Amino acid sequence: MKSNHPWWKPDGLLIYAILYLVFIYLPVLFLPLFSFNNSTYITFPLKDFTLKWYAKMINSPGLLEALFNSIKVGLLVAIFSTILGLLAAKSVTRYRFKGRGPLVSFIMIPLVIPEIILAISLLILISQANIPLSLWTIGFSHLLLCIPFSMLILISRMEGFDKSLEEAALDLGENPWMTFWRVTFPIVLPGIVASLLLTFTISFDEFVLAFFLSSTDATLPIYIWSSLRFPTKIPAILALGASIFVISFFVVTFAEWVRRRGVKLESTSGI
Amino acid sequence: MSRDAIISFQDVSKSFGKVKAVDGVNFEINRGEFFSLLGPSGCGKTTLLRMVAGFEMPDSGEVFIDGQPMSAIPPNQRPVNMVFQNYAIFPHMDVRGNISFGMRKSGLSKVELNRRIDEILELIKLQGFGKRGADELSGGQRQRVALARALIKQPKVLLLDEPLGALDKKLREQMQIELRLLQQQLGITFLFVTHDQEEALTLSDRIAVMSEGHVKEIASPAQLYENPGSRFVADFIGSMNFFKGEVVDSNKKHLRITSDTIGDIVVPESDTKYNVKYPVWIAIRPEKLQPVFSEPDDLSHVMEGQMGPSAYLGDRSHFYVHLAKREEPVLVALQNLDRSNDLLRKPNQRVWLKWSIEAVVVLPRD
Repeated sequence: MKSNHPWWKPDGLLIYAILYLVFIYLPVLFLPLFSFNNSTYITFPLKDFTLKWYAKMINSPGLLEALFNSIKVGLLVAIFSTILGLLAAKSVTRYRFKGRGPLVSFIMIPLVIPEIILAISLLILISQANIPLSLWTIGFSHLLLCIPFSMLILISRMEGFDKSLEEAALDLGENPWMTFWRVTFPIVLPGIVASLLLTFTISFDEFVLAFFLSSTDATLPIYIWSSLRFPTKIPAILALGASIFVISFFVVTFAEWVRRRGVKLESTSGI
Repeated sequence: MSRDAIISFQDVSKSFGKVKAVDGVNFEINRGEFFSLLGPSGCGKTTLLRMVAGFEMPDSGEVFIDGQPMSAIPPNQRPVNMVFQNYAIFPHMDVRGNISFGMRKSGLSKVELNRRIDEILELIKLQGFGKRGADELSGGQRQRVALARALIKQPKVLLLDEPLGALDKKLREQMQIELRLLQQQLGITFLFVTHDQEEALTLSDRIAVMSEGHVKEIASPAQLYENPGSRFVADFIGSMNFFKGEVVDSNKKHLRITSDTIGDIVVPESDTKYNVKYPVWIAIRPEKLQPVFSEPDDLSHVMEGQMGPSAYLGDRSHFYVHLAKREEPVLVALQNLDRSNDLLRKPNQRVWLKWSIEAVVVLPRD
């Protein structure tokens, strides 16, 4: 798009867009800024440049443990919620059955229930059933929360592609399983990537459910929350935040690359 | 089942909810035939085709392909292949990928498979397009790829579900000719579904005209057009003027019919036997009426009327003639043999329509 507006005379929309981006990213940029600042207190003016908070981050076992707990839970939740979401999306978009509409709304309900209500009810249920609280209970609750998101993403992707593509694969001699792998999966792949990313992110920074359903194993949000009482721990958390920010940037870029590659051609040479 | 039959429908019925899509259908398609299923939308033609492909199962009855009952055989194991209405080209594969999709289990060596692909690309005139992606193809090219992808499997029957519907008129006419040539060249049975009667007439050896889940008539294009068996078929294929009549006398050779609008006529007795007093339709095609603008000497087999609205269609003109004794105007089609079309510019002019007894079709009226 070409604008004949000179850049030194910006219009209102451009100013709005710049303000918007500043509003989103300025606070986030404070994280790396202060993580290199040689002071325990997060306040201007800045002091010397230092990497000691990063060293401290690597040498604090509690923080790393919480980080790995979150990654473990997040990966499992992302994978299972995407698999279950994919199966549900396939059945909802490909088959007509009684009670299809109500069923979908029912699965979507966790989207609108306040998390704190969900957390309390799950806690009551789990303690009544005498199931010990652990990372597993957190993961289970996150799965509950994430499946609707996976379904929403994958239903829209499945509805967007033509049913006759799958019929054509069957017609050309492939069984339903190979039809899924050779046609459905590659076409739905961008949706799968999106679902994995979104559900991992939701689980990774989820606080309320994890807070209610955790025992001694903390996830990262819980660790950060409990660290806020100790000001000396905060700069290491800033270092961690900055690292996560950089890593997510690369992950999203990679995912986008996969997505674009997914829609490109499959060559014949593989056959 | 005759030995020539490649597909046989035996008492096939299928309902969707309360709608009977296909209702007790019985017929056979011969080996090597170009067979069309023709009918208005919702007549059951696509359901019938999808039953051959295996995407729909009959509620009752059986579909046979080459003598084998198909009800227990899933789509991926049937010896037929389909060209889909929207072509269903795999968007994540190039042309060669699409064409070789069904050859994974063919057991051919890579060299042999590539040779086959080259061969079929040449057949459909897409040499050099092998590496094109699905989104880099025009409508006509996509259609050719869909055709090639099915033909490389060497099916016993090729199923085509309105494959030309999405193409513009010029391209459609060109593809019709190519399809017909391809079918004759390969000798494969084609089962073609269309709602376009002109297309069915152009392409087919035989046509099954369908309506509301029933097969109304199966015949060759010329037979269907010149000698239709029912008012529905006569009306659906081309245009037709119908006049009410009643049989007044019938002997072994001739049928005398009286009609308010066109007087008494005598026609040769047809296959259908009519009793006296039997109500009939006298049907005449618009192009078989010849307009003259001065009163003819011989007034038998002539209708007199007044020019009504007209339409200029380039190669021919259509116009309506109002008869004195008939509410509905008569449609007349006239070839524009020279470049003047003056006659169309004179509304309300008196006109006499001449017709010959050979042009008349007599159909039962009930």
